[in-house]
Amino acid sequence: MLARRAGRPVTLLQVRDLVKHYQAGGLFRTTAPPVRAVQGVSFDLAPGETLALVGESGCGKSSVGRTVLRLQEPTSGSAVFEGVDVFSLDRVALRRMRRRMQIIFQDPYSSLNPRMTIGAAIAEGIEIHRIATGKEVGRRVGALLEEVGLDPAYATRYPHEFSGGQRQRIGIARALAVEPSFVVCDEPVSALDVSVQAQVINLLADLQRERGLSYLFIAHDLAVVRQIAHRVAVMYLGRIVEEGPTEALLHAPRHPYTVALLSAVPEPEPAGQRTRIVLGGDLPSPSHPPPGCPFHPRCFHPHRNERCRTEEPPLRAVGSTLAACHYAESTPSPEAAAALVSPTAPGG
Amino acid sequence: MTRVLQVENLRVSFPAVGSSRVYPVDGVSFTLDQGETLALVGESGSGKSLTSLALLQLVPSPGRVEAGSTIRLGDTDVLALEGDALRRIRGRRIGMVFQDPMTSLNPVFTAGDQIAEGVRAHFDVSRAEARRRALRLLQEVGMPDPTARLDAYPHQLSGGMRQRVMIAIALSAEPEILVADEPTTALDVTVQAQILEVLDRLRDSHGMAVLLITHDLGIVAGRADRVAVMYAGQIVEEAPTERLFARPSHPYTQGLFASIPRITGPVERLTPIGGSVPTPGAWPSGCRFRPRCPKAFEKCETMPPLLSVGPEHRARCWLAERGDP
Repeated sequence: MLARRAGRPVTLLQVRDLVKHYQAGGLFRTTAPPVRAVQGVSFDLAPGETLALVGESGCGKSSVGRTVLRLQEPTSGSAVFEGVDVFSLDRVALRRMRRRMQIIFQDPYSSLNPRMTIGAAIAEGIEIHRIATGKEVGRRVGALLEEVGLDPAYATRYPHEFSGGQRQRIGIARALAVEPSFVVCDEPVSALDVSVQAQVINLLADLQRERGLSYLFIAHDLAVVRQIAHRVAVMYLGRIVEEGPTEALLHAPRHPYTVALLSAVPEPEPAGQRTRIVLGGDLPSPSHPPPGCPFHPRCFHPHRNERCRTEEPPLRAVGSTLAACHYAESTPSPEAAAALVSPTAPGG
Repeated sequence: MTRVLQVENLRVSFPAVGSSRVYPVDGVSFTLDQGETLALVGESGSGKSLTSLALLQLVPSPGRVEAGSTIRLGDTDVLALEGDALRRIRGRRIGMVFQDPMTSLNPVFTAGDQIAEGVRAHFDVSRAEARRRALRLLQEVGMPDPTARLDAYPHQLSGGMRQRVMIAIALSAEPEILVADEPTTALDVTVQAQILEVLDRLRDSHGMAVLLITHDLGIVAGRADRVAVMYAGQIVEEAPTERLFARPSHPYTQGLFASIPRITGPVERLTPIGGSVPTPGAWPSGCRFRPRCPKAFEKCETMPPLLSVGPEHRARCWLAERGDP
């Protein structure tokens, strides 16, 4: 293990200029513009690290996760995982690679075969990848169930016999069965009740520590992300608009969208809410992204001007994060920004 | 303060295996005053949504509200109503907003038609007047470009806009009470902030009472006047909001707070509640939180009543007797 770790690259996964468009298809295709789900996303992930991809629905965060695993084919860009270019692998090589890259879904129930015992579901990957045979398979399944906090005797039961939290533990055990080094966690706790959500967050953190896993943690909830991520990338309309170490990004956000997202988190504090920025409008359609800065139609930055409407800002270092805003140096703090946004401004 | 709603000993049952019945809502009592917001907080399976449906006799078949339950809306005994009398209450006196506006809106009618229909169901006005009122309601809920949106179909609207239409429909009858059942759960966080702001503004301008059903203690803070926490079909704690947040007294409420990740303050490992919420058929005897409770003792094998732990603050926990929780 140690020897392998020594030989391991500092970067486990390197994604560059990832683009994923979905062509509106079907019968009447099509003069419709493609849905530009991912528009040039780049990031690195180190061994044992968690990078959170955060954003609202339609921002492209799930498309990034799925494309990196090649559950969907990319439109362009590259992803190098453990030194191998994932996007150039043929089917056989890709299947081998899948042993090292796994995914956990929001709703594990829909990814579990209702007619298969959970023991068989967990064993499937072990057998396909010939990690073990015979009695050893059952022993491994039992150990995995125990590792995710379930009774090994549950192996003979069916998915419907479990609660949402238990199913998510089963989903995690199944992903870990093939001994991956990298797991895409796609909204893994979003569907869970808060008391159970905390159990699963702690479990994911423990597993990371014990197994040295890297997570790409896709989520919309910044408070959840804060518990588990070392770094955060905020996405808006298919682009990363800000990226940085978790605490730096949460304490001194430089992109106005991050500021708004942070201030919208409802915080259970007795004194009530912090100052709240209520953004006007909805997310624009990813089929018709606005020109220039994608956030400019909803932006409240006092320096917002013509340049924002025409020139797309690059992601650049500002303070301790990278931010894609022409005026990131003077982005107002959440408190200052709240004063700029009229609380009764009509929105979408 | 005028009392607009009084619910007493509400029990909702569903048939279970054999001839037995289960009680997902089991003896719930609360009141609501004019202009007040009460938050009913709980996790899935706590009975909070069924409680709100029972207020309008909307419990889905084969469920039923048990004899001995009381729901008084002003002077009206809601559970004694049927037919037209019941329909006059629904919408007119109690408006409802649900989590998923897409399933509540009719896809083949425009937003304007559906709001105007609400207006005409409750007021004797012309079509033209109903449409004028619909426009005014859309303006009131902060719909962008309201004149154009009158003629939009639900699929042409975003999730946040649909929820605004639902709120406009609920307001069309000028109800005394607005029941908002997870009104922002399906929405993105920046849109959630918009919708909550609209609900707050309308409550203040119309003087409505609001029953806010939610799993999210974050949206309760600074919004509700009082909170009732539900667990396994019962209210286990109730208090004025600030007091509940400052001094949660039931071990379940304390566990909920310890489970919530925060955006401010130090990052500490979360302290989850062990196990999971039991289903209605599998509630333990005695205190229903007992098997998951770190503080359980012998007496908890008997069901505790709601005991006083402070001004207007009660908890269903025997530790309250000792002044402990």
